[in-house]
Amino acid sequence: MNTPVRRRFVARLAGLAAVALLPLRAARAQADPFAALLKQVTGGATVRPGRVKVDTPRLADNGHSVPLTVSVESPMTAADHVRNITLLSERNPRPLMATFYLGPKAGRAEVATRVRLNGTQRVLAVAQISDGSYWSGTAEVEVTESACLDMS
Amino acid sequence: MALARVQLPASAKRGEVIAVRIAIQHPMETGFRYDNMGKAIPKNVINSLRVRYNGTEIFRAEMGSGIAANPYLQFFTVAEASGQFDFEWVDDDGNRGMERARITVE
Repeated sequence: MNTPVRRRFVARLAGLAAVALLPLRAARAQADPFAALLKQVTGGATVRPGRVKVDTPRLADNGHSVPLTVSVESPMTAADHVRNITLLSERNPRPLMATFYLGPKAGRAEVATRVRLNGTQRVLAVAQISDGSYWSGTAEVEVTESACLDMS
Repeated sequence: MALARVQLPASAKRGEVIAVRIAIQHPMETGFRYDNMGKAIPKNVINSLRVRYNGTEIFRAEMGSGIAANPYLQFFTVAEASGQFDFEWVDDDGNRGMERARITVE
């Protein structure tokens, strides 16, 4: 049933959609809010996603105190361990929340704390392994009542 | 200065990974709040916490206003020998605090 005319029309339509979507995708890649911060934390080293897990409630009623657990896959031996873990926030006025320094004596690369979050956002954790490489993990938290950090 | 509570097992087997918990009473002022007179309340947070186990540093935290009031931390360590844990912290005003805990390792 497909006539050549209709086929050509469908092909052109698909092409148009692709062109329209292209700049959108580029803009999203550029607008990574963590990029500049990460550079500050790692000194420009590449950060690979993986090995780091951030555990938070999916929905936090109150941004003043959100429980957060960050863990890193690591044998925690003298030869291979986690040196430090940094917590970054996407929307807090001071995005650098904390840095934890561990060592081979930690036994398990896991730290739990409670953070302040200024609204619904993504939280990023970056871990530096003893070989110098950086790994990261994120968690999405929906905050009903934000920690009113800018005014109260 | 501030009150703190430390929680860790009283005894452990050698080589066992144990959880260490600390909660410190502190407002962790962000510096973004105003008092009743409309005056800005200066930022005052516990900016660093150091934990030593028989004199060796096993954990350190550098914190900002992104950590909730009355900061709570849990981390792990390997029980190596009987002895003492020393927790030391300092806030932006220069107030220092410390707490101790003992553990028996068989």
